[in-house]
Amino acid sequence: MSLRSPLARVLGLGAAGDGTGHWWAQRITAVAMLILGVWFAASLPGLDLTDRGAVASWVAAPMNSVLLILLIAVGAYHSQLGTRVVIEDYSRGWAKVAGLVAVQFIHVVLAGAGILAVLRIGTGG
Amino acid sequence: MAANQRPLSPHLQVYRPQITSVLSILHRITGVIMSAGIVALIYWLLALAGGDASYATALEVLGSIPGKLLLFGWSLAFFYHLSNGVRHLFWDTGRGFELPQVYRSGWAAIGMATLLTIVFWAAVLSGGQ
Repeated sequence: MSLRSPLARVLGLGAAGDGTGHWWAQRITAVAMLILGVWFAASLPGLDLTDRGAVASWVAAPMNSVLLILLIAVGAYHSQLGTRVVIEDYSRGWAKVAGLVAVQFIHVVLAGAGILAVLRIGTGG
Repeated sequence: MAANQRPLSPHLQVYRPQITSVLSILHRITGVIMSAGIVALIYWLLALAGGDASYATALEVLGSIPGKLLLFGWSLAFFYHLSNGVRHLFWDTGRGFELPQVYRSGWAAIGMATLLTIVFWAAVLSGGQ
């Protein structure tokens, strides 16, 4: 006999209250980062990083712009998922709440700034 | 039994480090290191978008001795987190949990991370040839 209520069983959110959403998001973004990360690491050696014009035209190429924006967005999301768990594990009370809010704010700001930079380079701005 | 007399789980400080536990905490540490590395990536892109002057400053900052050390550290953290991450995804399929397999995949992750870091910097320093 299960002591779980029918509602709890239907919602499937478990004792922690948020189900497997975080776990799945971490895995899916991990696979995406595997592809995007290998692409980025493989691209860097071919660039003359001291030549701003050459680097900018590489970033501005449509395929590279798309992949860079994905790298930034998915990377920030994956990073945010991970650092949130670290804060949840090692802090409590107000420090934990403040840390969780700060981590999410900072990641959104960084991702927004990075995507804006790629778009500006891509449009020659 | 009073709450403060309960038996405690083994203290990390007196527990002999093992490849399993060390690689596990390294995965978390390298993840946090790369989270900090996002700042450098975004700074580099913003400097690139900003123009010649700001890009020259970014090259100076990232090309300084501390900058180079950080870039090397981030590359090592990236390749370790990537290699050990593949190990985690493999575990997620429910395979590889026998102790000899865990040791073998652990050494494989260390080897792969070292190899990829060496190959990456060899490629960077030789100008991608």
